[in-house]
Amino acid sequence: MRHTISVLVENKFGVLSRISGLFSGRGYNIESLTVGETIDPQISIMTIVTTGDDQIIEQITKQLNKLIDVIKVTDMTELDHVEREMVLVKVSPKQEDKAEVLRLAEIFRGRIVDSGPTTYTLEITGDEKKIEAFIELVKPYGIKEFARTGKVAISREGVKKK
Amino acid sequence: MKLSGAEIFIECLKREKVDTIFGYPGGVVLNIFDLLYDNKEIRLILTRHEQGAVHAADGYARASGKPGVVLVTSGPGATNTVTGIANAYMDSTPLVVFSGQVPTPLIGNDAFQEADIVGITRPCTKYNFLVKDVSELARIVREAFYIATTGRPGPVLIDLPKDVTSGKADFMWPEKVHMRSYNPKYEGNRWMITQAAHEIAKAKKAVILAGGGVIHSGGHKELKELAEHTHIPVTMTLMGLGGFPGTHSLSLGMLGMHGTYYANMAIQNSDLIIAIGARFDDRVTGKVDTFAPHAKIIHVDIDPTSIRKNVRVDVPIVGDVKLVLRDMLKILKETGKAQWGEIRKSWLKQIDSWKKERPLVYYKDDFVIKPQFVVEKIYEITRGDAIITTEVGQNQMWAAQFFKFDRPRTLLSSGGLGTMGYGFPAAIGAQIAFPDKLVIDIAGDGSIQMNIQELATAVINKLPVKVAILNNQYLGMVRQWQELFFRERYSYSHLDISPDFVKVAEAYGAVGFRATKPSEVEPVIKEAIKIKKAVFMDFRVYWKEKVYPMVPAGAAIDQMIFEEEEKKPEKKLKAVK
Ligand SMILES: Cc1ncc(C[n+]2csc(CCOP(=O)(O)OP(=O)(O)O)c2C)c(N)n1
Ligand SMILES: [Mg+2]
Repeated sequence: MRHTISVLVENKFGVLSRISGLFSGRGYNIESLTVGETIDPQISIMTIVTTGDDQIIEQITKQLNKLIDVIKVTDMTELDHVEREMVLVKVSPKQEDKAEVLRLAEIFRGRIVDSGPTTYTLEITGDEKKIEAFIELVKPYGIKEFARTGKVAISREGVKKK
Repeated sequence: MKLSGAEIFIECLKREKVDTIFGYPGGVVLNIFDLLYDNKEIRLILTRHEQGAVHAADGYARASGKPGVVLVTSGPGATNTVTGIANAYMDSTPLVVFSGQVPTPLIGNDAFQEADIVGITRPCTKYNFLVKDVSELARIVREAFYIATTGRPGPVLIDLPKDVTSGKADFMWPEKVHMRSYNPKYEGNRWMITQAAHEIAKAKKAVILAGGGVIHSGGHKELKELAEHTHIPVTMTLMGLGGFPGTHSLSLGMLGMHGTYYANMAIQNSDLIIAIGARFDDRVTGKVDTFAPHAKIIHVDIDPTSIRKNVRVDVPIVGDVKLVLRDMLKILKETGKAQWGEIRKSWLKQIDSWKKERPLVYYKDDFVIKPQFVVEKIYEITRGDAIITTEVGQNQMWAAQFFKFDRPRTLLSSGGLGTMGYGFPAAIGAQIAFPDKLVIDIAGDGSIQMNIQELATAVINKLPVKVAILNNQYLGMVRQWQELFFRERYSYSHLDISPDFVKVAEAYGAVGFRATKPSEVEPVIKEAIKIKKAVFMDFRVYWKEKVYPMVPAGAAIDQMIFEEEEKKPEKKLKAVK
């Protein structure tokens, strides 16, 4: 099963490599990994999306906890939480399709962040399903490039998921 | 007053009460070596290879319980330590390894003798540091010792750029270490321990499986008390040997691939396993899904990742072995089940009959020396009062089987990594920790050649370490597998030419003896012990001897193969040079 794990780490040189080394060294999957600062500049937060059965996920969280630089590990999948991801898509629709592409972007509450003589660059934010749905829809119009951020996640206040 | 980085280094070691370090010099650590030149409080043992330095520090640490300290130069000096560090990591030995590094402005430029040792050792250290500023040095050294010696112990590396050792800073020694991200847990969960006590009281066929954690935590007394109080037999992993007296009537000896018949049978037929500071290595479990099919498992370990990594666990207890056993005993005594002996009676009887059915044996011979005979003689002559180190291979298994270890920290062996070349430098380290004890490396003719240069270290430091080479002219364990599983195709396992070990010893200024007949074994050992110098004993042993019992890789641990009864060595013995 797929899990989203959020890891608070000391914002020190080499930490990312310790974490990615843990995954590669032990043969765990990483579907996506994001890193950013928290309000405390000495602490970074990583959001890791990984897959594995219960035993593997248990090992992953324990192994993460064992790393000296890791302050806290939260398996978001066990909590009520919000996930978001952003994607930048550069499309080059034919002249007659331009309007349709822009309409799609609007439906998905995307923004046009750049436009050139033959391309538009669109920004879409949402959960994974939304992003994937969008990509599917614009694909026929010609995607030239796209870049996804990977997921970030945060828990909702309080309640444990039943 | 400001101190240089090198002075801070020395000051920190003094605060950590380090009086001996192991190492090798080179360009970027000369600032430190210059201070060591006339320092009276810290002695550096100059090994002849950096791998030897790390293994020696490891042997020192395992024998004494104190952290081992290493100082080497950058580049090749640092990379030469990697095997030793990985070895210490697998067996949880506390080490602090200082490697020199090129000056900070040159890092990343492929400078002369630059290696990214922090990157290289990241997966095989408990933690590592690159010191970027001399003002951080004292805190980092403090943290390094703290991390190495607390929780599950392990090696920590500190990379010291040359300009950090020459730069100056105020010396500030942090008395306390505070790390928000590292807080090892020692006390076990009360409720879980109570659960464990319940299971122990219920079980009819319980076995204790003791690992290296017993020795690291110093919990051997508590373990003995637990076993005796509840009448539960104890089997040990290689790392656990000595954690419970090998001569005790409740001892089943070692389990696993070359474990005793009765240990493996007890595990497979048990209804409860109390695993204490053991991590269920595949050499212990055999095929995992066939391991102890009827048993509930209580697992005590300080490292949460050890629990449920390889086997299912019913009662997990994270904590320090000594403290958890103390609490467990207290509960067991309070609940006061008096009839322990009665409950275990039929189980202990069953185990006794397994012991009688297939004891640990080998077949003696009048003409050729059996390697087990050498180990047995060493045991008899020393009455078990020695620190034994081993190399890796058959020699290691025979040492584990035929020497009875009654006290912790008397067997130093490379368990997790299985490093040939560990035993000899480790013996040197142990001898430095205990100058008056008898230290013997039980070696193979292959392994001893992996760090044979350390004989110079032993001789120069007047260390009377003994090396008993079980010389079978083969990479014996490899040969054994090839004999059993590769139709006797001895592909590159024959050591056609080994040096004359007696002459090697003499060339280094040590003493060498050779025994070619069983009758010579005892006199050689006795003579070697008498001499207060380093001694190589070259025992020409039967080349075809195999380690038994044996569980083939991937089989269940009760699927053992045994030496055919009364099998005599073939007439055609390999010509002994
Ligand atoms: C550094 C290293 N290389 C290779 C091996 C694989 N290996 C395991 S046992 C063994 C043979 C050891 O030969 P020897 O030291 O003569 O011991 P014996 O088995 O003959 O007692 C080898 C090559 C190892 N354990 N360590
Ligand atoms: Mg050999």
